[in-house]
Amino acid sequence: MKWMTKARLKSPWVIHFDCGSCNGCDIEILAALTPKFDVERFGIVNIGDPKQADVLMVTGPANKRNQHVLKNLYDQMPQPKVVIAVGECACSGAIFHNCPNTLGGVDKVIPVDVYVPGCAARPESIVDGVVLALQKLQKVSEGEKVE
Amino acid sequence: MIDLASPYTYATITLVVLSPVIGGILMGIDRRLTARMQSRMGPPLMQPFYDVIKLWGKEPFIASSLQPVLAFGYLGFSVAAFALLAFGQDMLLMIFTMAIADLCLIVAAFNSKSPFSNIGARRELIGMMSYEPVMLLAAISIFFVTGSFMVDSIYEINQPLLMFLPLTFLALIPILIIDMKKSPFDVSGSGHAHQELVRGIYTEFSGYTLALVELGHWTKVALLLGFASLFWAQNIVVGAALAFALFFVVLVIDNSYPRLDWKTMIKTTWIVGFLLIIANIAGLIARMVILS
Repeated sequence: MKWMTKARLKSPWVIHFDCGSCNGCDIEILAALTPKFDVERFGIVNIGDPKQADVLMVTGPANKRNQHVLKNLYDQMPQPKVVIAVGECACSGAIFHNCPNTLGGVDKVIPVDVYVPGCAARPESIVDGVVLALQKLQKVSEGEKVE
Repeated sequence: MIDLASPYTYATITLVVLSPVIGGILMGIDRRLTARMQSRMGPPLMQPFYDVIKLWGKEPFIASSLQPVLAFGYLGFSVAAFALLAFGQDMLLMIFTMAIADLCLIVAAFNSKSPFSNIGARRELIGMMSYEPVMLLAAISIFFVTGSFMVDSIYEINQPLLMFLPLTFLALIPILIIDMKKSPFDVSGSGHAHQELVRGIYTEFSGYTLALVELGHWTKVALLLGFASLFWAQNIVVGAALAFALFFVVLVIDNSYPRLDWKTMIKTTWIVGFLLIIANIAGLIARMVILS
């Protein structure tokens, strides 16, 4: 099991879903893949397929139109998986809080493990969020109970 | 044919069993070199192995009951084709075994309703259609030199094959690009993020079936580079260096060209491949006529 835990921590494949964000956070997520931050050195790969992903990164507030898509994507990901809400909107709804067409934070639709604040979230804090998510993944992989 | 008493046989069997590992290390080198070409650090050399071990431990999501069987078939037939090469057997049989391995992958991808996976499988079929005739013609041009389709016969000629068939060696470049799923011919599915087909032919694989498909892919890369090393079969070190040079050229091309459409893929592979190999065979015949 030690091998498996190590491999899981060394290769988190990320799927990125935009729930109606302003693209600020999306650009920062993609900036993390560029030479300056180069998250691939930690084995982090941006992959388009939920069936092959380990980490779901959501940006933007959940709304009534796309909550089903978000739920569907989450359900298509095999265990073990973690969810990261990137940016203020994904965390709490931010300026869209109490708007009639939005639901608020992403955690109204799916369980969120890590919240990355910021408008827009900086690439450094996004990488930090992934590291936090990996700590949670390690606990899950070692059989510990997490809330 | 296979002498059970000789230590050489056991060394070859070990090589065949370890063929996915060789391919995995090559993929690690590939990712690292690619990162360096894009002025990034790149993942550790063992990254592909971490990926496969992780995939093995994921919850199994299986799109159809036939899929795991076909994923095992893809790996099995790839290893079988590698065994044919390592034991010095028939080149034609090797090429056809490789085609069966690819067919397993294509049928597995067709075995789901996902349109991404279906289009990916169709494009993979087109990819096969592009490189198989060129590969067969390469085997035929080797036949013109050695007078046999057996891989063993290449070891028996005095001079390296590259001296006779430099153009055929160049024709291996498009074959390797298509088979390694590299730009500009990675239409059927590539490892890079945000392709127009999600993950193309790999879309419906996940967990351990994807791990098997990855292992099969590595074996196929090792097999093709092994085939390239036959062009200097007299000295294994030079042969390996030659294969690695080909691998490096493919990576440079991958990092300098965008993805092209399937029509360009067929046209380029057929025109470049056929012209190079036919010119090479014509040269060989002309040489024979002049010498006689």
